[in-house]
Amino acid sequence: MDISSKTTARPPVDDVQPVAPVDKAAARGATRPGDRIFLGFSRGSGIALLAIMAAIAAFLTYRTALALADNTGNFLTTFEWDPAGSSTGGKPYFGIAVLVFGTVVSSVIALLIAVPVAIGIALFISHYAPRKLATPIAYVIDLLAAVPSIVYGLWGALVVAPNLTGLYSWLDDYFGWTGVFEYNGGAPRSLMTVGILLAIMILPIITNVSREVFLQVPKMHEEAALALGATRWEVIRMSVLPFGRSGIISASMLGLGRALGETIAVATVLSPSFLINASVLDYGGGTFAQNIASKFNEASEYGQDALIASGLVLFVITLLVNGAARLIIARRKEYSGANA
Amino acid sequence: MSTTTPTPPGPLVERPATLKAATLPRWSPLAVALGSAAVAVGIGLGAGLHSRIQWGLIAALLFIAGSYALAVAVEGTRQARDRLATSLVWVMFLLAVVPLASLIYETVQRGIKVFDVYFLTHSMGVLSDEETGGGIYHALIGTLQQVLLASVIAVPIGLLTAIYLVEYGRGKLSKVITFFVDVMTGIPSIVAGLFVLSFWILILGFGYSGWAGAMALAILMMPVIVRSTEEMLKLVPNELREASLALGVPKWRTILKVVLPTAIGGITTGVMLSVARIAGETAPVLLLVWVNPLINTNPFEGSQASLPLYVYQQYAAGTDASYDRAWAAALALIGFIMILNLAARGIARWKAPKTGR
Repeated sequence: MDISSKTTARPPVDDVQPVAPVDKAAARGATRPGDRIFLGFSRGSGIALLAIMAAIAAFLTYRTALALADNTGNFLTTFEWDPAGSSTGGKPYFGIAVLVFGTVVSSVIALLIAVPVAIGIALFISHYAPRKLATPIAYVIDLLAAVPSIVYGLWGALVVAPNLTGLYSWLDDYFGWTGVFEYNGGAPRSLMTVGILLAIMILPIITNVSREVFLQVPKMHEEAALALGATRWEVIRMSVLPFGRSGIISASMLGLGRALGETIAVATVLSPSFLINASVLDYGGGTFAQNIASKFNEASEYGQDALIASGLVLFVITLLVNGAARLIIARRKEYSGANA
Repeated sequence: MSTTTPTPPGPLVERPATLKAATLPRWSPLAVALGSAAVAVGIGLGAGLHSRIQWGLIAALLFIAGSYALAVAVEGTRQARDRLATSLVWVMFLLAVVPLASLIYETVQRGIKVFDVYFLTHSMGVLSDEETGGGIYHALIGTLQQVLLASVIAVPIGLLTAIYLVEYGRGKLSKVITFFVDVMTGIPSIVAGLFVLSFWILILGFGYSGWAGAMALAILMMPVIVRSTEEMLKLVPNELREASLALGVPKWRTILKVVLPTAIGGITTGVMLSVARIAGETAPVLLLVWVNPLINTNPFEGSQASLPLYVYQQYAAGTDASYDRAWAAALALIGFIMILNLAARGIARWKAPKTGR
């Protein structure tokens, strides 16, 4: 891109005829027809991307407006999902209260499990693993990201869930009194199981982003700590973690974005219900994406509009979470660039 | 400043044999690991715990506590804390490997049962859920066509956008595009599906088809392609561009003939990884392609099937025969995606741009 800066310093080659001076606009290359067409196409593609984002927001909002116009329940606080109006005599009655609860609870569980593990793995790759092992290990973590979510769902429903009854009974025995870990038997297809599965699924993205940040820590900081006699853990605690804090935060938010929108794995594992249950081990709750996937097949056109309305809420939430995460990362880039 | 040397600085004659503080031998973590695993198995058998997850947890806890206690006794608290962190980090890493290993093991072991040539070359037809037999031929066709169509839409737009961002973009527009591409990476797949549903099916009135699914997949694919292509174009040395421009080659031909060929390996890798990503997407396909147990080779007309959707549907059927089919199809899907991944990485290594000065 810096065409002018370096080339001028070179000595001119003798046998090249001096070209006639051209005006500046032509020299910049944007006036040749080929250049103009090409620039038009590439700029057009970029604008097309923006247009798609705008169209997503516009169309979803339009269908949402159609759905909400006839809704007799309060969209935000209603606990039922009955757009066909089967229990209210044909009047649509639906709201997202349960979905908000289920989505938040399962994503928070996923984050609580995934963030410490991901930081551990990122540290392992950047500071602990033997040099030769670091690349293959990073590749193994990438493989976790490559597994399709439906396979996670199948595995979670048929392999993980049956193995969790023991753990849940144990939690119930010792922590059941808190109310959060009450378990009444039955197939463990609860928000907790979903949270565990989501944690595995968002592990790679949190690990990868944190690892990038940990590798950016100035070597001087670490060497200074080592020279003062710090152990490896003290180096990490004093120089790596403080430097990487904002990176960890934005990595977690990117993971949160993934967890909020995960559809098919949740739809496979969860036994949804439109009851809110204080215990995360028992049935209760659903998530936005899961509700759309499970209710879609039997929905009428109006029912589909109602699902689109809940999808719009999900879209806005993930947009905010992802946008915030990206802004934090972008600020970090400038900072570390000045530091290097 | 070491606090671990217990000997005070005394007269010369009392100098200790070595200046180093007492350290544990190198094999001690391994020994502690083996010991705690053995004890955990003993506890598990003794207390009659059935869940192997619990066995693993007990072993991990024993390992952490054991190595900490040992280090406190021999090396002092600071070293012990360091060892505690080390063993925690190792445990975290193993925690992440266990699910991956279990997932691949279970998929292969349960999927291999009905995975054969018949399974790959037959559709479900009118088979009921309880019957054995049937296959994924129709789903394979559907997935391949949808992914191909999605790539046809997404690859040109993605490549051109990346070219704009790297070769032309300096102003506000490119900053806005970069930000929204980043945000777009995080769009839940089901939202992309709902968008195509709302405008293509509900407003324009077209039916469910492979093409509708392909459009949603293309939306998911574009930002991934833009990001990876951008990274690759940035790696192309500026000298190449300058040399070409200095010879009087127009900028657009410089990009097409010099910049793109130099980065083509990395770009191919990015495209293949994005294909691998969308090939496993179920949610948009569920909303837009519907389910068709029969072979439909026309992606523009009528409902189709797709591999991930097939897994979901066979799982939902809930019979033994359909579970077997679901696992076998999951095996096929994972195999397809892993091959794409490995091939993509192979190409990346083979055609890596030479960045040396």
